[in-house]
Amino acid sequence: MNGFRHRAAIDLRLLGEGQRGWVMAGIMGIMLFLTVLAGALGLGVARSAIGLDRQLAGQLTVQLVEPDAGLRDVRAKALVAAVAKVPGVTRVREADRAELAALLKPWLGDVGLDPELPMPVLIDVTATEGSTAQVSAAARRVAPQARVDSSARWLSPVRGLLGALGLVAIGLVLVIAAATAGVALLVARAGLDTHRDTIDVLHMLGSTDLQVARLLQRRIARDTLLGGAIGTLAALALVALFQTKLALTGSEVLGGATLAPVDWTLLLLLPIGFALLATVATRLTVLHTLGRKL
Amino acid sequence: MGNIVHFENVGLRYGTGPETLSDVSFTLATGGFYFLTGASGAGKTSLLKLLYLAQRPTRGAVRLFGEDAGSLPRARLPGFRRRIGVVFQDFRLLPQLSAYDNVALPLRVAGVRESEIEAPVMEMLAWVGLSARVTAKPPTLSGGEQQRIAIARAVIARPEILVADEPTGNVDPDMADRLLHLFEALNRLGTTIVVATHDLHLIGRIPHAQLMRVEKGKLVDPSGLLRHPPGGA
Repeated sequence: MNGFRHRAAIDLRLLGEGQRGWVMAGIMGIMLFLTVLAGALGLGVARSAIGLDRQLAGQLTVQLVEPDAGLRDVRAKALVAAVAKVPGVTRVREADRAELAALLKPWLGDVGLDPELPMPVLIDVTATEGSTAQVSAAARRVAPQARVDSSARWLSPVRGLLGALGLVAIGLVLVIAAATAGVALLVARAGLDTHRDTIDVLHMLGSTDLQVARLLQRRIARDTLLGGAIGTLAALALVALFQTKLALTGSEVLGGATLAPVDWTLLLLLPIGFALLATVATRLTVLHTLGRKL
Repeated sequence: MGNIVHFENVGLRYGTGPETLSDVSFTLATGGFYFLTGASGAGKTSLLKLLYLAQRPTRGAVRLFGEDAGSLPRARLPGFRRRIGVVFQDFRLLPQLSAYDNVALPLRVAGVRESEIEAPVMEMLAWVGLSARVTAKPPTLSGGEQQRIAIARAVIARPEILVADEPTGNVDPDMADRLLHLFEALNRLGTTIVVATHDLHLIGRIPHAQLMRVEKGKLVDPSGLLRHPPGGA
């Protein structure tokens, strides 16, 4: 192990220390900072979407519009009883008039409490996924004019927005990863140019292209890890701050965007992933460039 | 004794310029000692470059260790180069490494374990009289010291051929003698030695060495010791 460390230290010394290393580390720091933010956005949005899906799955509302108050109450009771018998229905509850009046108060004021106002009957139903058709059928048997709405349908634009945000985040991570590979490629080419004399000597002493590639790989991997770690930690601090702010909003959708421990782990692993990516890009560049020489 | 190098009608041209070497044919026997002389610009260094595989011939055949070096795939070049030690005219030491690490480089390139490197490197540094400069970096060494480090680096891995371009150009006569003794010792162990030099005294010190002379890109054989054209592969 000591021998390996010693050899690795000599390998790094072979190319000497230069300012380029700090430039590379700085660029990688910025890349990783942006990647971690994009990744956190993607993971948060995914968490939020999963939470929303779970929350809305099987949530139905049966709506009955009946101007005759007496008939309305009778049909409402019959509807509750019929829907409750449908297999997969776990909960049926009729929203009481006071609740509806409270919901309508911002638009109607106290008029909503007027018993003469023909307010619709709203029945909240919780059922297992796939029971919507059976609930609709059961409701229409009792009251043909009853309408069954799925909550998911109402919130589908929100779900769509979350999906689009998730795709944007994935796209950003991929674009930054491609840019990172591009930077590694340019740095590797510049490295071959800068260290041409050293590399020529190494070749004359019998170094293989792979050995030369390893020298540059190690250098670029080290700079990526160093810069990437700093960028990642800065971005994670920012994400943690946002998470605290999200929790304070009290919003169910926004609160659902809270990252789980596995998400934090994934974000922490990003610098390693990027270092591997930069290493592979460097290796391919060096082997390709040297392969065209004598 | 077999042949380790065989050149046949070799020509070398850089880019689209005129031929630097033309119709060069010779054979080097395994374990032989050869001096290569000629005026500056005659083509000595180009010939050495073909020998240590820094260049491929533009025409003709170069056979090294019994194989056609001109058509060797790139992947096989390192294996061949490890069998050849080179002392460059401009030393080509790596300035960022210590004298010790410069000398150890061929062993490290060959994958020798770190624990097996120190003894031969220290022995070699002692041989060239630089035990006290182990940690010194090349820019802090004199020209002669750098040259000795370059020689130590070239011979540390016990190459089958040692190619040296003006190896005693920067050292005093005593050190030149010592280095020549080192070359002779290696030669006795079976290493084929090719030394390019202007120094006629140096040539006279190795009576059994054969002489090759390059003039305007062509090989001439003033001593008659070297068969020209080659007597056989």
